[in-house]
Amino acid sequence: MSKINSIRKDWSLIETLITQDRKILDIGCGDGGLMEKLENNRNAITHGIELNRDLAANAIARGFNVIHGNAELDLSQYSNNSFDYVILSQTLQAMMKPKDILSELLRIGSKAVVSFPNFGHWKIRLQLLISGKMPVTESLPYTWYDTPNIHFFTIKDFLNLCNEMNIVIEKSIGLTSKGRQFDISESVTGVNFFTHEAIFLLSYKNFEPIKIKTSKKVFSKNSVIAN
Amino acid sequence: MNTKFITDTKLESEIAYFDNISLKLESGDIIDSFKLAFKTFGKLNTDKSNAILVCHALTGDQYVSGNNPITGREGWWSRMVGPNKPIDTNKFFVICSNVLGGCAGSTGPKELQNGSDVAYGGNFPSVTIKDMVKAQSLLIESLNIDKLFSVIGGSMGAMQALQWSIDFPDKILNIIHIAGALKHSAQNIAFHEVGRQAIMSDPIWKNGKYFENNEVPERGLSVARMIAHITYLSEDAMHRKFGRKLQSRDIISFGFDADFQVESYLRYQGKSFVERFDANSYLYLTRAMDYFDHDETFRKNVEFSHNPNNHLKYLIVSFTSDWLFPTLESKMIVNQLNSLSRAVSFLEIDTDKGHDSFLLEEPQLDSVIKGFLTNNFAKINE
Repeated sequence: MSKINSIRKDWSLIETLITQDRKILDIGCGDGGLMEKLENNRNAITHGIELNRDLAANAIARGFNVIHGNAELDLSQYSNNSFDYVILSQTLQAMMKPKDILSELLRIGSKAVVSFPNFGHWKIRLQLLISGKMPVTESLPYTWYDTPNIHFFTIKDFLNLCNEMNIVIEKSIGLTSKGRQFDISESVTGVNFFTHEAIFLLSYKNFEPIKIKTSKKVFSKNSVIAN
Repeated sequence: MNTKFITDTKLESEIAYFDNISLKLESGDIIDSFKLAFKTFGKLNTDKSNAILVCHALTGDQYVSGNNPITGREGWWSRMVGPNKPIDTNKFFVICSNVLGGCAGSTGPKELQNGSDVAYGGNFPSVTIKDMVKAQSLLIESLNIDKLFSVIGGSMGAMQALQWSIDFPDKILNIIHIAGALKHSAQNIAFHEVGRQAIMSDPIWKNGKYFENNEVPERGLSVARMIAHITYLSEDAMHRKFGRKLQSRDIISFGFDADFQVESYLRYQGKSFVERFDANSYLYLTRAMDYFDHDETFRKNVEFSHNPNNHLKYLIVSFTSDWLFPTLESKMIVNQLNSLSRAVSFLEIDTDKGHDSFLLEEPQLDSVIKGFLTNNFAKINE
């Protein structure tokens, strides 16, 4: 699959995870391609953040609500629970602090959609094993010294982190390198081996808004009740 | 409201007269009658949905596009406003009015006091950005326009656009806020104060009564303009434009002539400014900017507005080299709007042209403004 096809495939799958008439924040929204899809097909209200100046300018010029900014610095300005979905498509591996970002996604949004390339795919494992060099593949096409992807992780790593953070995986879709799609949670063996790209719909465990009362106002906060 | 419209052929401008209106200013003073000079471009469509108000900056005027008869030059934003320009007058009906307190035909210190043959001068009441916007809203009302599609402005114009979003959110659909801030900073007030001191220390100023002898405090006003002009540029832009190049000479003169091109340029800027701008107006309008402050109140005003404002779209634009209204100031607006999850877009444009960038050739500014207007207009009229 070419890079552009894989992004389009990614978008289509993300769309299947989003219900009608929702408010959505797309982090790393590019020139608004996914936002356009979600507005047209899901009647969504969309907001976006984009780091690249030219892409942000294009998105704004196309009429989308887009902030030219850096998700790692600018997410804190959004209020708790102010979006139904926060989407992070193909970007988690490029974040300085993926764990912090993940918790920010679920603070701002009721649900989060996260997609990423699986570093545990057999082609990558094989490349590293045989050549002894950092793998370069279609989904991770950069050399080690010039790549935006600074945190490599596998599906297994991601599942462990979610577990540690009390994050519930509501849905999970895997894609093979040929573009075949399957349900990660139902495929027990070899998932981490055959999944080329993964898309997760996440929420917090025991999601219950807790009302916090201060002298000034009452506000609710997403909470995690550890089990 | 009974508004009289007259075309002033000498000014090549429409004048709206608001008589017996008792405009209460923020200071508490009341102006019984006033007039606003304005120009329109393009045609208002049948459902009156395509009107855009462009707000001018400190020394701007209603001549946003086309000929300016006062300077004999093209309007100050001709590159932005006109047929097939980013703010396309084939599509939109553009209104631009000279602010209250200005000197291009609207009521201001240069104009005669009501029922007398003496100009206001220093007797003109203090006006604020809020007052200017209030006057503009009366003009829009008299033009029978219920809702403006957009209010657009840079610098002091951005302050007005922001004020519109606070005071009359139900009468607008979006604002384009360029190179502005929630407040005028201490440094900006300081620069304005130096400019005002230059004017007031000119012996010809005479407490604002210079017009009685048909004189103009040229020196003071031109120095004020020279200082201000420096703040509109950036170090890089100045260096690129002038460097240390000498003006009409090969060697330095060891004197205080304009040896350097940058000196000569500033002197020219000061000199040409006094030909088109009133010194008292400059005092009043700089003061209006100084008083602008929504730092503490903006978020609260948006969140708890008694007028519906949830439909509003905001486009906030800043420039990397603008040190008068730095990006950080724009980001404060964006942060507060984001914390209320309002429909806000923000772009910082990379340029070395400083605060004045919004008036100059900046392709990204053009494309963003054009696209924002066109696509949001299409979305509404789908």
